[in-house]
Amino acid sequence: MVIRLLVLPLVVLLGVLLAAPAQAVPAQDDGAGATRTQDLRIAVRDGPARDQPQSLDATLFLPARTPAPAVLLAHGFGADKRSVAGEARSLAARGYVVLAWSARGFGQSTGQIALNNPDYEVADAQQLVDWLAQRPEVTLDGPGDARVGVMGGSYGGALALLLAAYDRRVDVAVPMITWNDLGQALFPNAASPAPVTPVTPAVGANAADGVFKRSWASLFFGIGSRTTAAGQAPDVCGRFLPEICAGYVEAVRTGREPAALAAYLARSSPASVAGRIQAPTLLVQGENDTLFGLDQADANARAIAAGGGTVAVAWFNGGHDGGSPDGRTNARISGWLDHYLLGTTAGGAATTAPPTTFTYALPSGVRSRSAPTQRIVTAPSYPGLVAPGETPDPAPRTELALSGEAQSVVAPAGGVPGSVSSIPGLSGLAAGGSGGGSGDDSDDDDGGSGQGGGGQGGGGGGGASALLGRLATDLPGQAATFRTAPLAERTVVSGSPQVRVSVAATGSTAPGAPAPTSGPVLFGKVYDVTPGQNGSPETRTLLGNAVAPVRLPVLPPGGAATTVTVTLPAVVATVQAGHRLEVALATTDQGFASPADPAVYRVALASPALSVPDVPGSQTGGSTVPLGPIIAIGVLLVGVVVAVVVGRIVAARRRRRDLEPGGDLAVDPELVDVPLVVRGVAKRYRNGFMAVRDVSFRVERGQVLGLLGPNGAGKTTTLRMLMGLLRPTSGELRVFGVRVTPGAPVLGRIGSFVEGPGFLPHLSGRSNLELYWAATGRPLGEARMDEALEIAGLGTAVDRVVRTYSQGMRQRLAIAQAMLGLPDLLVLDEPTNGLDPPQIHAMREVLKDYAASGGRTVLVSSHLLAEVEQTCDHVVVMHRGEVVASGEVAELVAGGQVAVAVGGDAGDRDRAVVVLRDAGFAAESDPEREDVVIAESGSTEGERATVVRTLVEAGIAVVGVGPRRRLEDAFLALIGEDGR
Amino acid sequence: MTELADRRLGPRRESSGRTLPVRIELLRQLRRRRTQITLALFALLPVILWIAFSVGNSSSPGQAGLSLTDLAQTSGPNFVVFALFSSASFLFVVVVALFFGDTVASEASWSSLRYLLAIPVPRVRLLRQKVIVASLLSAVVIGVLPLVALALGTLVYGDGAFASPTGETLPYGAGVLRLALAVVYIALQLTWVAGVATLLSVATDAPLGAVGGAVLVSILSQILDTVDALGSIRQVLPTHYAFAWTDLLTADVDGTDMARGVLAAFVWATAFGATAVWWFRRKDITS
Repeated sequence: MVIRLLVLPLVVLLGVLLAAPAQAVPAQDDGAGATRTQDLRIAVRDGPARDQPQSLDATLFLPARTPAPAVLLAHGFGADKRSVAGEARSLAARGYVVLAWSARGFGQSTGQIALNNPDYEVADAQQLVDWLAQRPEVTLDGPGDARVGVMGGSYGGALALLLAAYDRRVDVAVPMITWNDLGQALFPNAASPAPVTPVTPAVGANAADGVFKRSWASLFFGIGSRTTAAGQAPDVCGRFLPEICAGYVEAVRTGREPAALAAYLARSSPASVAGRIQAPTLLVQGENDTLFGLDQADANARAIAAGGGTVAVAWFNGGHDGGSPDGRTNARISGWLDHYLLGTTAGGAATTAPPTTFTYALPSGVRSRSAPTQRIVTAPSYPGLVAPGETPDPAPRTELALSGEAQSVVAPAGGVPGSVSSIPGLSGLAAGGSGGGSGDDSDDDDGGSGQGGGGQGGGGGGGASALLGRLATDLPGQAATFRTAPLAERTVVSGSPQVRVSVAATGSTAPGAPAPTSGPVLFGKVYDVTPGQNGSPETRTLLGNAVAPVRLPVLPPGGAATTVTVTLPAVVATVQAGHRLEVALATTDQGFASPADPAVYRVALASPALSVPDVPGSQTGGSTVPLGPIIAIGVLLVGVVVAVVVGRIVAARRRRRDLEPGGDLAVDPELVDVPLVVRGVAKRYRNGFMAVRDVSFRVERGQVLGLLGPNGAGKTTTLRMLMGLLRPTSGELRVFGVRVTPGAPVLGRIGSFVEGPGFLPHLSGRSNLELYWAATGRPLGEARMDEALEIAGLGTAVDRVVRTYSQGMRQRLAIAQAMLGLPDLLVLDEPTNGLDPPQIHAMREVLKDYAASGGRTVLVSSHLLAEVEQTCDHVVVMHRGEVVASGEVAELVAGGQVAVAVGGDAGDRDRAVVVLRDAGFAAESDPEREDVVIAESGSTEGERATVVRTLVEAGIAVVGVGPRRRLEDAFLALIGEDGR
Repeated sequence: MTELADRRLGPRRESSGRTLPVRIELLRQLRRRRTQITLALFALLPVILWIAFSVGNSSSPGQAGLSLTDLAQTSGPNFVVFALFSSASFLFVVVVALFFGDTVASEASWSSLRYLLAIPVPRVRLLRQKVIVASLLSAVVIGVLPLVALALGTLVYGDGAFASPTGETLPYGAGVLRLALAVVYIALQLTWVAGVATLLSVATDAPLGAVGGAVLVSILSQILDTVDALGSIRQVLPTHYAFAWTDLLTADVDGTDMARGVLAAFVWATAFGATAVWWFRRKDITS
């Protein structure tokens, strides 16, 4: 039963194990029961003159208790209000009124996409704040001033920043993975002609006239133009405002940022207005983001701090290239909202202001088999931020020595073939599946010439993004590379490294080409170079999968060099000791629009140093142990312990009950002194063979009882039941009044030898006996070891290992083992098998002595009749699983007949028969011997004497008198002739 | 009762209940040549590996990919990792299967089982004492290999930091600690093999069948683990997380797989172990 109790939990545990991956998805906060939702359409008026009516599709999520502070939850580009429903529900469960709406141009809302223009989307959002202030469910800070926070990611994140800048009623903002300057994000330029002193860790260069980030821009324009309103014919501009559409088309055509579009994007960027933000702002930015990099959050933080606002920064391992905020970051967001909106904890206590610490996730660089491992680094504040009137405290940077000759690189016509860095969307895909492929490498990597080949080494580990980083390749002849020496220790890069290079044009241009309209375009990137071990090629991993494009001014002809500081992509990475960092400046990148004109440039280091930011802080949470399996292990172990304890208690209780008078194991008081009583025992084996049918006999103290029967009579089965090796199918065996069960302590009073010896072959005879006795847990002094060894009679062989013994030696040793400690009942199964005649004789004496001294009892089984006759005083004859006879040996032997040998000839014998018949005895002549008369006499001696006297009186010479048959005949008579 | 005691003839009384002490069973097993050879083999294996490295020290230059053997020669901890790697999937399984599969089956094959049970050692107690001793022996063997490897590796290759194939390094002290944890994990993970072997040991009278059967089950599980079509079902396979201890060899440890591995191993060990107890209790001893 205990077993059955165990099976169910085990099955459940296995189920847990199977379901474990599913649990990795965080469970939706279940407050849905208390949350009510209302689907609404909210009418707003926007446009420069606020005269364009729009209808926004919105959903209001109401918490269990109102009035409550409100949260405006903005969605990302290409999505609509439904994409944030889950987040909205969990916020509502936390006690907020949440308004989720589809921005104009998306979902069921009317209007066109204006890219968070202050006159459009921001105006709409301000009117949503107005609308919230009219709702009775929303807490008010003052008349018409709802207590409201704004939160969103990407497109929604920029809205959050802009709304917080334009509307002072906003009490808190949490913009995530969003931009500071949309023009700079889509047309980045990382070149600064003058040397710059970086103050913040992820500062960007933000230079004008950037390089068109074609792949990302086209992806988003495609999404925006796909979302055509229902019923409309397809349009090249989709739902975009015409000016955006026109600007995009021109950018694609020229590869440069059109002035009109730049002016438009500037209005859509928090850059211009972030200084106005007074609402406490938590900037959450992704480290794995080639669209809106860490530099964008850096710029926002600087602007807000410069305006005197409260700002905190958190970087997480994710972003537009894949990965959601981790649990700690999510907890930080919740805490930030709770303090500035609710002001109380769930328990009602006032919250303390959340710290404006700077946290970032530091990937260890090694992917354990289930997930990338990372540490969270916490710095006291985002370094380098200054409130008005303060002096900056720059983020610490390390200068790493770079080396490399000046190199000539070719910019191919049209920018193709192009180097590969990141591919929008693919990174996210790869993060989900397992990469596994390896990019081809072009050439052998000879390092010195800087013809970077994308060496692909073996080696496991590395996250999916690291894998993609290894796919990044530079085409031969298109990249200038500069390297550090192998790093002496593990180095952390947290921010944007900088390098200063000089670029010169060489004379060679395409024949007949017009003067170039663009200066050189280069793509700066940083590789982590793993040394090749044992002759294998080294592995280069592009940090952050990111490139920093630079567009230099048009170079003066004649080979004069222009020197610029290149701000490389802001990344967070761990570079292991022994690795190198490599700065590459490539002329092409497939993600960007390169100039169409071919050219050759000469790139050299202007300053042989790479400035690497590293924000120090306390590191936590590197190692993780999941709680679920640990708890399951604990439950399992506790369950096993409980099962064992319960099993023991139940067994002890049952045993106590059984030991009471009348119970199953109760001592039969009448049999306490009887060594063995067998009552109605039957044994059917599992294969159905009935070995013992109905056996009952009794062995009294002091007896030497022979269990006699032919092979297969059930003798050994009976003895095995006696030893507790087999359970009787029915009936019982009692030893000294105690019922025999497997392992019953009373078995300790039996010494047994059944069906051959069993010894550890690798031990000597003496060791075997000693260890056997030690296993009984009794003191060695009680063993009578010397007497036993004497009986075994092995001489010096007793110290040889048992596997060298003959059959007879083992037999004697086994009998000696059975006699260890002089048990009350000695059970021997075929003890004389394999013994020679003198030994058999000696054994008989030993057994007789054993029983004679002190009333001990011996039970001997045998199929040899002579043996039983000569050794035993009592006998039980078994045949085919049944007892066919039992009693004293002498009685059975006599059998009630007497054989008389008479002298003289056959005539005398016949006369003797007649005489005896006349005297009333049934008599006949022995068919086998001529001189023997067999008389049917009683079993008493008196009757036998009468037979003899009758013959003698009749004058017949009685030569000899004896029992009619030997035991053999009696045995055969008992079991029947067919028993042979 | 006094009357009863007086009438008791031999000094041999009813069984005390403290039958087959662990010390005695340990003695019985330790005197076996098999146990001695296994222990010696595992103590010598690192030496054999070292000799093999020294003799065949000519890795072809320009060879692609990392050579684990070269990495093994960089420091003591690296040598230990190599030794563990080379033994974890098969050798340790065989050893555990050997010690546990042999418990009851070998006694049955020597016919000594019935005499132990007639002492009488209660059946559950017999199984328990045997499992305790098998656990001790297995733990010693699994522990002795990395210990000898660490001593030898530190002596020969120095007390340098552990370097993983991915280039991460752990200082010597931390590396040794992680290796100790890894050995503990390996031992815990192998409990399922112990369970299978014990079950087979009580189910058959042939020690070879029990040991071989347990090894076969392990190989079967490893084969099934390579069938991608099984998907997440493979996570319940007892060998699925056999190498999760390698997660310990990075600076940041993700314990997910190890926790799941231990859980899976314990679930299987409990299932097999409970079945073994149930089976052995009701079994007719005919050996």
